[in-house]
Amino acid sequence: MDSKKELVVPRIENGTVIDHIPTNVVYQIAHILGLEKYNDEVLIGNYLTSQKFIRKGIIKVKNKFFSKEDLSKIALVAPMASIIIIKNYEVVEKHEAEIPDHIDNFVKCMNPRCVTNHEIIPTKFDVIDKENLKLRCHYCEKFVTKDTIRFCE
Amino acid sequence: MSTLKGRNLISITDFSKDEYIQVLDIAEDFEKNPKQPILSDKVVATLFFEPSTRTRLSFESAANQLGARVIGFSDPGATSVQKGESLHDTITMVSSYSDLIVMRNPKEGSSRYASEVASVPVINAGDGANQHPTQCMLDLYSIRKTQGKLENLNIACVGDLKYGRTVHSLVQAMCNFNATFHLVSPEELKLPSSVKMSVKNAGLKYYQYTDLKDVIATADIIYMTRVQRERFADPLEYERVKDSCILSADMLAGCKPNMRVLHPLPRVNEITVDVDKTPYAYYFQQAQNGVYVRQALMAAILGAR
Repeated sequence: MDSKKELVVPRIENGTVIDHIPTNVVYQIAHILGLEKYNDEVLIGNYLTSQKFIRKGIIKVKNKFFSKEDLSKIALVAPMASIIIIKNYEVVEKHEAEIPDHIDNFVKCMNPRCVTNHEIIPTKFDVIDKENLKLRCHYCEKFVTKDTIRFCE
Repeated sequence: MSTLKGRNLISITDFSKDEYIQVLDIAEDFEKNPKQPILSDKVVATLFFEPSTRTRLSFESAANQLGARVIGFSDPGATSVQKGESLHDTITMVSSYSDLIVMRNPKEGSSRYASEVASVPVINAGDGANQHPTQCMLDLYSIRKTQGKLENLNIACVGDLKYGRTVHSLVQAMCNFNATFHLVSPEELKLPSSVKMSVKNAGLKYYQYTDLKDVIATADIIYMTRVQRERFADPLEYERVKDSCILSADMLAGCKPNMRVLHPLPRVNEITVDVDKTPYAYYFQQAQNGVYVRQALMAAILGAR
């Protein structure tokens, strides 16, 4: 990891770094990962200079290794983000956030008439278009897009 | 034995083209001989969580003609749903009382959910504005019966193409049969782009119009739907366009001899009554065909055909 970055957002010994986050979704990602309630170090940097983008955000979460479901949430909001696993200050794994083919129980259907908004039913979506982010509700068959996506509370 | 035994019918895309044909062939047989008590050992539950005349009676008539016993309700106000029972619990309970569930519910996606909860097959009799697949099957049956084929037809869809679920399903289903679509609607009520995309993806063509007169000479089928005043933000706009999607007998002078007018009913004023007496009117027979198609579906799903 390059030393200039270290000065801006300090290194973590163990945990996860979410890098190359678009600046407008950094706090949204922190929120959907529930980091407000996380009881360990969370380091957030935003509007940092980037080689990949002009400006970027970064989140470092100490001693936290996110579930596949959490990583899917990141992918839905910031598909270009990099997920970096750190152990003993070393990068042991690095990959881009990946949008899964199916998304269960964390995206909310925005159709007010959808049965999932009236009964206690876990939501299910099929990913129709990963590039432009288009999901179809398994139940009411309505589409959710990048602009309308909301997460279950 | 049909490949449809034990299957659910929730969305028109649940069945393949061959399976549509299979249902239509069985329905043709029921049209010749509707009273066949092949389901006399079966119980069909019809759960109607919102009012429906035609669909419920058509299903119940179909079940009765096959000898099945029918249980259910047409008004959830008189059931435990009124007491706050969840759909999950209602469906679980009814599954244990019946061999097949037919359900209409205004909540979109409710039939898909019911099919995941139920231990018996579920037929969707309409889930809000989402799907009404048996209407689509009877539309296909009516088209095949009047045209002698389903392939290579000019299908004109007229009226509220934006909100009309029957039109969406019909267009999607007819994409399997190399149809050309002629879409007539006011600007505000055009077919949604997602449905038009299905046409494009199937490599087929559609043409859009605002005046019904422009498609009469070309169409093999004119599928009429109602344009409702409440769909318009501007009432003046409704007044301006309302007559552009009304079909009257004098407009049919130049139509093809094989052309037939379909309508999912109920009709209000979009087809004037003078059309009823022309040889082109087919909407009442279309509704009657619904019984044969529902007989075919129930018999196939319950393994009796």
